[in-house]
Amino acid sequence: MSTQAPPAPTCEVHNPTEQWLRMDRIPHIWCPGCGIGSSVNCFTDALEKSKIPRDNVSIVSGIGCTGRTAGYLKLDSFHTTHGRPIAFATGLKLANPKLKVVVYSGDGDLFAIGGNHFIHAARRNMDMTVICVNNMTYGMTGGQVTPTTPLTAKATTSPYGNFEEPFNLPYLAESCGAVYVARWTSFHVRQLSKSIREALLKPGFTFIEVVAPCPTLYARRNRLGAGIDAMKYYREQSEIKNGAPTRDVALGFQSKIICGKFVDTSRPTWLEAQVQQHRAVLGDKFTLAENWEGVGEPRED
Amino acid sequence: MSQVEKAKPKIRGEVIVDRERCKGCYFCVEFCPTDVLAMSEDFNLKGYHFPEIIAADRCTGCGLCGAYCPDFAIFGHRI
Ligand SMILES: Cc1ncc(C[n+]2csc(CCOP(=O)(O)OP(=O)(O)O)c2C)c(N)n1
Ligand code: SF4
Ligand code: SF4
Ligand code: SF4
Ligand SMILES: [Mg+2]
Repeated sequence: MSTQAPPAPTCEVHNPTEQWLRMDRIPHIWCPGCGIGSSVNCFTDALEKSKIPRDNVSIVSGIGCTGRTAGYLKLDSFHTTHGRPIAFATGLKLANPKLKVVVYSGDGDLFAIGGNHFIHAARRNMDMTVICVNNMTYGMTGGQVTPTTPLTAKATTSPYGNFEEPFNLPYLAESCGAVYVARWTSFHVRQLSKSIREALLKPGFTFIEVVAPCPTLYARRNRLGAGIDAMKYYREQSEIKNGAPTRDVALGFQSKIICGKFVDTSRPTWLEAQVQQHRAVLGDKFTLAENWEGVGEPRED
Repeated sequence: MSQVEKAKPKIRGEVIVDRERCKGCYFCVEFCPTDVLAMSEDFNLKGYHFPEIIAADRCTGCGLCGAYCPDFAIFGHRI
């Protein structure tokens, strides 16, 4: 196929997301109308507004369409193995507690194969922000059922409709101990950006679910139209209820989507708890690891 | 002297489209609050329709089109 090279950009102002991207890798692989790209705009906007120095941020993804995100972002990026981004992120954080570590991955990666890492990182209040793009399917491998596929939805592995009860992700995250939990859809770009910024600036295990369209697989198999149809559904069927009890925010097939910030609390992070415990027991014999200065000092939030 | 005073609205924003990067998803056209954009009948090199600026003077530079665009193909800014 012969195509001309796209015309070189002639404009002196640039898309604000570009400065955060590895432009040599753009255009990306995501399908037309896929919601992952919109979530990336919100993430980079949040990062910019958070004023966290770029060199202090590390982004970790697993495998999947969403997992490509780390590779597109011009940050210290880790594209890890399937299901393991939280394990890698934990290692990064402990080796260098000054890093702001972000995990950006899909529902399958984080809650099927990676579910165990998620629950324990939340329980330990491991200091990281986890962003899950929930398209309710394994996008990259052809549209199989994930732990968040709604009841009755069709998938490659549920041709007669899903009969497994899905996870309610905010409820799961809160039950396991996350200190910040929010859900938005890729339609709620402003709210999503604000939530990501809050999560980035909060110590401890912070979690944001982004409900987003996978038009190519999830929507096509369920005859839900294109990405824009999913976006219109989000606009019409979402209800913002900040502080809603997470047990009440489960998602059904094309159901109402309760969005908002559900949890915003505080408790010692894993690093702080470790330092406090060892200091209490060992007294003068306790010495802080070389690059852990400041860990365990009182904080304001 | 006329009792009526009329002010031409000041142009507040500018929107920029990189049509070759567009995959024709429609998000920007649908969610621009002031209907600055419409989908072109034309195709880009990859075969996608792309947004056309039909009312540049209505652009407020709110940046929503860029926030939605999954392909980083459009953005608006205040001027
Ligand atoms: C150990 C292992 N098992 C299975 C796979 C195949 N695999 C690749 S991506 C993926 C699922 C991705 O789904 P999700 O995390 O929801 O991301 P999405 O593509 O939907 O964004 C699977 C099962 C793999 N790469 N490695
Ligand atoms: S398969 Fe689905 S999730 Fe993957 S890029 Fe395409 S639309 Fe997005
Ligand atoms: S949002 Fe982006 S990809 Fe979608 S139609 Fe507009 S410019 Fe094209
Ligand atoms: S910047 Fe705002 S007003 Fe201007 S085209 Fe984009 S969405 Fe419309
Ligand atoms: Mg998925």
